[in-house]
Amino acid sequence: MNDATPAVEIRDLHKRFGRLEVLKGISLTARPGDVVAVIGGSGSGKSTMLRCINMLETPTAGDIAIHGEDYKMRATRDGGLEPADRKQLQRIRAQLGMVFQSFNLWPHRTVLGNVIEVPVQVMGLPRDEAVARARQVLDRVGLAAKEDAYPSQMSGGQQQRCAIARVLAVEPLAMLFDEPTSALDPELVGEVLNVIRDLASEKRTMILVTHEMGFARDVASHVVYLKDGRIEEQGPPEQIFGDPRSPHLQQFIRSIA
Amino acid sequence: MPDIDIVTPIHPAPALPLRARLAPLLMPHRLVMAALALAALAAIVTQMNWSWLPVYLPKIGHGLLVTLVLLGSSVAAGFALALPLGAVQVTGPAPLRWLANGFCTVIRGTPLLLQLWLIYYGLGALFAQYPEIRASWLWPYLRQAWPYGFLTLTLSFAAYQGEIMRGAFAGVPRGELEAARAFGMPRLMVFRRVWFPRAVHRALPTLAGEIILQLKATPLVATITVTDLYAVITRVRQDTFLTYEPLLLLIAIYLCLSGTLTIVLRWLEGRVPSGH
Ligand SMILES: Nc1ncnc2c1ncn2[C@@H]1O[C@H](COP(=O)(O)OP(=O)(O)OP(=O)(O)O)[C@@H](O)[C@H]1O
Ligand SMILES: [Mg+2]
Repeated sequence: MNDATPAVEIRDLHKRFGRLEVLKGISLTARPGDVVAVIGGSGSGKSTMLRCINMLETPTAGDIAIHGEDYKMRATRDGGLEPADRKQLQRIRAQLGMVFQSFNLWPHRTVLGNVIEVPVQVMGLPRDEAVARARQVLDRVGLAAKEDAYPSQMSGGQQQRCAIARVLAVEPLAMLFDEPTSALDPELVGEVLNVIRDLASEKRTMILVTHEMGFARDVASHVVYLKDGRIEEQGPPEQIFGDPRSPHLQQFIRSIA
Repeated sequence: MPDIDIVTPIHPAPALPLRARLAPLLMPHRLVMAALALAALAAIVTQMNWSWLPVYLPKIGHGLLVTLVLLGSSVAAGFALALPLGAVQVTGPAPLRWLANGFCTVIRGTPLLLQLWLIYYGLGALFAQYPEIRASWLWPYLRQAWPYGFLTLTLSFAAYQGEIMRGAFAGVPRGELEAARAFGMPRLMVFRRVWFPRAVHRALPTLAGEIILQLKATPLVATITVTDLYAVITRVRQDTFLTYEPLLLLIAIYLCLSGTLTIVLRWLEGRVPSGH
């Protein structure tokens, strides 16, 4: 595999929930170092697309490859797909870090416990090595002093930064963010965006669903506008925000601004 | 199930001067009540007949031990059973789910006394019919009453606690499990590292109450000839023809036990970290 191998490649992805077709053929490529921002109205399928990348939702049709490796899928009786190879699924998932809107930290473990959990349990790292690595990433997100705190003792911004540290600790091929600041009080949004901005400037591969247009414009190398389960327009941020073609996108940007 | 407040830290009261702390106790109605309580206690000690107490003390001690062992062992075994009972009802395949649900419903829906007698007389008689069992090393135990008492109490605790565990498993926020899966945890690991410990933490606050209910259920075993605390006291009443004194002692002991249990479990709960 060389550097040109896409970190994430989605080909003609379809997803339906019962009779509701949420994704209607999405193709998207994120090369290593790309920061892809996904924008779009509520219900346009942004979360669903992101969750298909690590198979938290299983596609109805289409292929997804992580670093050139296709998920092995098999047909289900109701005409959808499901992962056919559990081991492969777990191995690929361990290479994708996801940051959720609602943090989803494990409340019964400390900050340090949350961050070393996957390295120790899933990747089999020796505990002291995992702790050393965890301290590094906690330092990066500004939580070095908080390693013994429990999630419930921290602000939303701190919890989300801890969730980002938890992802960094697995050194993922790509990071997936689903509206990481939407659940935060306005005054806490900045601290989380700053951490993500830092990571973006390090050329980490990210796919970022966000409603923060200014932020998307700043950090993204590529912006994708989703509308009703299709990619209606995509391109570099200057073009998407400066010179949008589609009337829907023009209206969407106006409505946000 | 509503989100249970698992750790509300109990803040130590700010240290007040002794007189300020005593003040509420010195209000007139409190003083009257305290005086009445003291008078009642004095009357109980001086006016009633306690001469039998020293004679029966060893037997009472033994009965207390039997009660405590029955309580402890049935709670431990019942809790161990409750975990799969609860988990299976939330996530198991349909037949197992129905089985667990049926078990909990039947046990919770019928009198414990009835279950005790059914198991003691029914199972006991059944076992006696098999020469293999009569010949086995188990038979000396199976001929006694306590294994049936233990079994019944265990099943009962498992059913009530199983229902609580079902709620606790179902109440663990999906996102926490999803995060574990998203990081590539195999299913069993998700269960072991996240779902299970979270469910147990959620169930802890109700555990104290359940154990006290179980304590109060133990006297039923006296009806199948297990000599627990209650059986000993009944024996005292028959021997001495005293009505109230032995019963008062019984109440005092049960109160002490449930009080101690409450305090110990509350302390335990405070030590378990968790989120909201
Ligand atoms: N598990 C599900 N079952 C049924 N329908 C679902 C499910 N998840 C999502 N949907 C539906 O799919 C559509 C797209 O949802 P999705 O969450 O992907 O939108 P989104 O673009 O992330 O929106 P938002 O900005 O509000 O987060 C919505 O109509 C939603 O109701
Ligand atoms: Mg969404």
